[in-house]
Amino acid sequence: MIPAYLLLSIAFVGIVFFAVSGHKAEIGKINVWFNAGSLIASIWLAINVLNNGTILSADKAFLIDSFNVYLIVLTAFIGLTTSIFSNPYMEHEKDLGKLTAKRLKLYYSMYQGFMLAMYLVLTTNNMGVMWVGMEAATLATVLLVSLYRTPESIEAAWKYFILCGVGIAQALFGTILLYYAAMQIGDGENALLWSELFKNASQLNPEVLEIAFVFLLIGYGTKIGLVPLHNWLPDAHSEGPTPMSAVLSGLLLNDALYAVVRNKMLVDGATHSDMAGHLMMGFGLLSFLVGALFLHRQKDIKRLFSYSSIEHMGLMTFAFGIGGSLATFAALLHMMVHSLTKSAIFVTVGHATQVAGTQRMDKIRGLIKTQPKIGWGLLIGTISIAGFPPFGVFTSEFLVLLATMHSYPWLTLPLLLGIGIAFAGLFRHIQPMVYGAKPEGQQAVKANLLPVMIHLALVLWLGLAIPSFLAHWFSQATVLIAGGSPL
Amino acid sequence: MNIESQDLYTQIILSMAALVGLTSFLMLGQGRLLRLIFVFAVQGFLLTLTTALAAYSLDNHHLYISAVLTLALKVIFIPWMLRREVLNSNLHRDVEALGNQTAIMLGGASLMVFSYYVLHPIVQTTSPVMLNALAVSLSVVLLGMLLMISHKQAIAHVVGFMSIENGLFFAAIVATKGMPMVVELGIAFDVLVAAVLFGIFFFHIRTSIDSLDVDLLNKLHEVDK
Repeated sequence: MIPAYLLLSIAFVGIVFFAVSGHKAEIGKINVWFNAGSLIASIWLAINVLNNGTILSADKAFLIDSFNVYLIVLTAFIGLTTSIFSNPYMEHEKDLGKLTAKRLKLYYSMYQGFMLAMYLVLTTNNMGVMWVGMEAATLATVLLVSLYRTPESIEAAWKYFILCGVGIAQALFGTILLYYAAMQIGDGENALLWSELFKNASQLNPEVLEIAFVFLLIGYGTKIGLVPLHNWLPDAHSEGPTPMSAVLSGLLLNDALYAVVRNKMLVDGATHSDMAGHLMMGFGLLSFLVGALFLHRQKDIKRLFSYSSIEHMGLMTFAFGIGGSLATFAALLHMMVHSLTKSAIFVTVGHATQVAGTQRMDKIRGLIKTQPKIGWGLLIGTISIAGFPPFGVFTSEFLVLLATMHSYPWLTLPLLLGIGIAFAGLFRHIQPMVYGAKPEGQQAVKANLLPVMIHLALVLWLGLAIPSFLAHWFSQATVLIAGGSPL
Repeated sequence: MNIESQDLYTQIILSMAALVGLTSFLMLGQGRLLRLIFVFAVQGFLLTLTTALAAYSLDNHHLYISAVLTLALKVIFIPWMLRREVLNSNLHRDVEALGNQTAIMLGGASLMVFSYYVLHPIVQTTSPVMLNALAVSLSVVLLGMLLMISHKQAIAHVVGFMSIENGLFFAAIVATKGMPMVVELGIAFDVLVAAVLFGIFFFHIRTSIDSLDVDLLNKLHEVDK
C-alpha cells in the first residue's frame, strides 16, 4: 500500500510546492521530476499488484486491482511525458507574452492538483470519494482553461465549469441513491465502499440501482463527453493551453469512463439485466457517430481532435456496454491506446500551432517542409488514431467490431460507417496541413518530440504484440468486469 | 399515507421538504438578484435546521459538523460573497425581465411531477415518506437547472448551481442520514473551492465582457468563428 500513499503525497506536495515557489526559474523541470517520482511510485505499485494480486488497504479506503492499476500507470506516464512537453511549450508561451510568471505558478500548481484528483479517483475504494475526486478534477482544471484570459478562453472555462458542475451533480444524486440502497442491507460508514458493495451486489435493491445508474451515467457521462452532454469539451480543449488538452483528453475522459464502469459492475450484479449495458451502448454509439460527423466541419485544429476524442470515448462506452469478455478486453485496450495516441497528437498539435502561429487549419500549411519532425509526427499520429494497422488502435477497434458482429450483428454497419466517416474527416484536414508548400517566413520552433515518439512507439508495439504482463492485467480486469476470460 | 399517523420527526422532515421545495419555486420566479440571494440563504438555513434535527433525533454527532458547515457555507459565506458582487457591479437596481413567467412556473411544476414519476418505483421497497423526500430533492435539483436556463445573470447561475447542491444535500440527509464523514467533508471542500472560483470568474467575466450577462458569452461557435 505504501506506493499508493506515496503517489498521492507526491502530487499533494507538488501542489503546495508550486503554490509557494512556482515563480522561480527552471520550474518546468521540477514539474518533470515530480511526475517522474509519481511514475516510479506507480510502477512500484504495479509490481506489487502483479506479485500479490488485488490490494485492499487496511482501513479499506483504497483498492488497487488489475482494472485500475494499469490506468494508474498510464495516468502517471502521460502526466510525465506531457510535463516534458509542457516545459519548453509554456516557456515559449511566456516569451510570446501570453502568460505571466504568476499564471505559470498557478499552472504548475494546478497541474499537480489535477494529477492528485486523478490518482484519487483511481485508487479510492469509496464511491463518494470517487465523486469528490472527479469534481476536484474539474475545479483544478477550470482555471487552466481560462489561463490565457482571452474572452474566448473565459467563455470556454465558464461553460466547462457550469456544464461539468451541473452534470457531475447528477452523479452525486446517483451516488446518494446507491448509498441509500446499500444502507438497506448494511451499516453506515462502510456502505459506500466499492469492495463491500460488489460483494453484496446481488442483495442491493434493483429498482433503486437502475434509477441510480441513469443519474451516474448522465453525471460521469458529461465528463466522458458523451453526446448530447459534450458541448463543453471542444471549447475547453481548444481554448486552454495545449498540455492541458493533452491531459484532459488522455486522462480525465478515461477516468470518468472508469467511474461509470465501476458503477456498472455494481448495477449489473444487482439487476441481472442488460439495462445498464444498453444505455451505455446507445449513448456510446450516438457519441461515436456525432463525433465522426462533426470532424468534417471543424476549422480549428484542437477542436478537430477533441471531436475525435468524443468519437473514441463513444466507441469505448459502446464496447463496455456490449459487455461480453471480448468487447470488454477491447475497450480496456482502446482506453490505453487512445490515451497514448491522443496525448501524442495534442503535443504535436501544440508545436504545429506554435510554428504556424494560429490554430486555424486553413492557415497551417507545409509542416513537413518547415519542420519534418512535427509534420511526420502529426501524420503518423493521425494515421494511428484513424485506426490503420499496424497501430494499436486498429487492434482494439477490430476487436470491438468482432465483438459487435458476434452479439449485435446489425450494429456493425453503423460502426463501420462511423469509422469510415471519421477517417475521411481527419484526412481531409490533415493532408493539406502536413504536405504542401511552406508559407513565406514560417520558422521552425524549439520542440521536444521525444514524448510523441515514445507514445507512438508504444502504440505500435501494442498493435504488434501485447506484452504478457499487460495481457494478464487486461484479461484479469476482463474477468472482473465481464465475468469471463477472453484469452 | 396519513401525515398525522407519522411520528414527530417524520412530520417535521416532510414539512421541511415542502418548505425547501417552495424556496426553489420562489427563486425560479425571482427577477431581483438581492432577493434571489436572500431566498437562497433561507433555503440554506432550512437545510441547516433539517441537518441539526436529524443529528439530534438520531444522536449522530458528525451530522452536527455537517450542520455547522452548511450554516457557514450556504447561509453565510456564499450569500455574502454573491451580495457583495451584486452591490459592486451595481446590479441591485436591475430587475431581470424573465421570459415567459407562466411557462417557467408551469415547467417547474411539471418537473416536480416528473421527479415523483421517476422515483416512483422505489416506493415498493420503502416508505412513502422517503419517496416524498427524495422526489422533492430531485425536483430541487431540476428546478436549479431551470433557474439557470431562465436567468441570464452569471450570479443567478451560481445561485442555481448552489441550489442544485442543496437538493443533493437534502437527499443525503433525509434518505441516508448523511453521507460518510470523509465524503461529506470532501463535498463541503469542493463547494467551498467552487464558490471561491466563482468569485474569481465574476472578476474575469466582468473585465472581459464588461457585464455579468452570460448571454454575451457567445464567441465560441461550432463552425466559422
